[in-house]
Amino acid sequence: MKNPSQNIQASVFQFILMIGLALLSTACIEEDSGPNSEKSGEFSLEFDNIVGEETFGLAPRTYTNARGEEFSITTLQYFVSNIKLYTESGEEYVVPQEDSYFLIQGSDRDTRFAKLVVPEGDYSKVSFVLGVDSLRNTMPVEERTGVLSFDPSHGHSGGGMYWGWNSGYIFLKLEGTCPLISDDQQGDPTGKKQFKYHIGGFGGYSAPTLNNIKEVTMDLKQGGLAQVREGLRSNVHLFVDVMQIFDGPNSFSIPEHPTVMFSDFSVNVANNFPGMFRHDHTENFSKGEEGL
Amino acid sequence: MLAPKSGFSILSKALPLLLLLAVVAWSCGRGEEEPELFQGFVQPEGFPEPLYNMSRNEVTKAGFELGKRLFFEPSLSRNNTIACGSCHIQTAAFTHHGHDVSHGIDDQLGIRNPQPIMNLAWSEGFFWDGGVFDLDLVAINAITSPVEMDENVPNVLRKLREHPEYPGLFKKAFGTEEITDARFFKALSQYMLMAISDQSHYDQVRRHEAEFTEEQLAGYRVFQKSCASCHAEPLLTDRSYRNNGLAPNPLDDQGRYDVTLNAADKYKFKVPSLRNWEYTAPYMHDGRFLTLNRVIEHYRSGLVDSETLDPVFRNEDGSIGIQMSDSEKEQLIAFLQTLTDRDFVTNPLLAEPVLNSPFNK
Repeated sequence: MKNPSQNIQASVFQFILMIGLALLSTACIEEDSGPNSEKSGEFSLEFDNIVGEETFGLAPRTYTNARGEEFSITTLQYFVSNIKLYTESGEEYVVPQEDSYFLIQGSDRDTRFAKLVVPEGDYSKVSFVLGVDSLRNTMPVEERTGVLSFDPSHGHSGGGMYWGWNSGYIFLKLEGTCPLISDDQQGDPTGKKQFKYHIGGFGGYSAPTLNNIKEVTMDLKQGGLAQVREGLRSNVHLFVDVMQIFDGPNSFSIPEHPTVMFSDFSVNVANNFPGMFRHDHTENFSKGEEGL
Repeated sequence: MLAPKSGFSILSKALPLLLLLAVVAWSCGRGEEEPELFQGFVQPEGFPEPLYNMSRNEVTKAGFELGKRLFFEPSLSRNNTIACGSCHIQTAAFTHHGHDVSHGIDDQLGIRNPQPIMNLAWSEGFFWDGGVFDLDLVAINAITSPVEMDENVPNVLRKLREHPEYPGLFKKAFGTEEITDARFFKALSQYMLMAISDQSHYDQVRRHEAEFTEEQLAGYRVFQKSCASCHAEPLLTDRSYRNNGLAPNPLDDQGRYDVTLNAADKYKFKVPSLRNWEYTAPYMHDGRFLTLNRVIEHYRSGLVDSETLDPVFRNEDGSIGIQMSDSEKEQLIAFLQTLTDRDFVTNPLLAEPVLNSPFNK
């Protein structure tokens, strides 16, 4: 969907690039003078969904898990929150919580970035929560803004990432079909061969219950530090392997567990979540999203 | 509703005229003089402090009126047929009288007996299992349940935004026409918070405005001995979750366990208030008992033992149940009848708004 303004942006971008190159060539290469924590730059975590060794796509595209079960995905959504950045010397930057909630939707690639403005720095580690922290799960409604709201234009579409009967957000929702699912009560009685994984559970409000909140920490040293500088964008590109939900340490069979929601078994599924995330590479000093 | 819309712009210049118009409009609208019913949220004498954070959502007249309108608004359901008020009917103390479980959209049946909208400012867990912990979040359950309203909140907000009157009503209540989820939930809470039952004969005795008969007093003593440890005064519930020895139903509804997944919570349900029991039959979480007599007989001789049966029912001789003579039972019933609050079920403040009046359209 190219439009004229994008073309103009592109040519402006090229122009800036040329000037930049010209400046570089005259002033020799102005080596990055190091971060100044008084300044801020753009930072993003990119949640690039994949399925095993393939790119991500919704039905009718099919995949096959390690047990040889063929499946298609119709819905993939998950919350990411409470992002923290760490420098090599151990300094920590905690993103202000109210700016720290993102809903990544498989059906909309534009949602794959968690975009932030953070102090300049060379960050070697990043952590985030897959899900919504327990505190926010218990906050009054007016504190549940943005993707956490029920607002038709900003919220989690259709209110589908929240349990009304047992107040709390659904952290990850994966739905699809698998032809091996039976048509009886143990499978999908509607005969549509659907699987539904709605995983949540923040630990309970007045009585303790299961907690499926997962904090994920990504070491960036291998794939590249995130060098955040004013006026530039640093993007930490993560691969999020949906196949790990089935094939991770707590591997399970889709037709044996076609529906997992608020139940003890959900703990097994959630324990596969941290293994979904892999830091592939970092794009530093980027001038826009197009190049990422 | 009181004054013509243009009245706002001339407010300062024509206040006396406006007041006159308001009086005329008021008396025309209802066909009779009505005193101001809305007095804000008044803390009942002898009740504990509200558990709902009233400072976060002060009950105002406009907010309450909006909440009332929303409570009776069928657009909250997928096909615009079911309102909150469909299953929470004032004459039945805001329950669904005569229905063991609630009937929702397309005549589908739920699994539990609707609970009264009553004294909710003093509740800390909502529904039979306490799965919802904030009154402001209660509506989401009914709206999204496939057998109740089968709708979703963003769609409801969309419908309200497109409605000819709601943006104006939200402006009155919250200052701007913006219809957000928080405002929507809070307006509903304002209405529900005002559904206070504190005018029963029991309450009058409590406030030393009346006295029990001898029979009622004897029943009160039976109540204090055998019932009050769970149905604690003055709310007539201690708000806890307990297994009261009901045999599991065919659906094997395990109550609070579904919320906590803690085996110790199996078959536990919230202790309901005994207030207004005369209006809220049938009884128990699945409405299995039609009469008070059957309920009392359950406690006398019908308890089913299980691992999570509440210890309060275990007697020293190894039996289970509440030991009570026939005459004590009659006395107890006489006392329980004093818990009926006729003002609550007839309070015009809480009544469904009359929408075909020319002043509401």
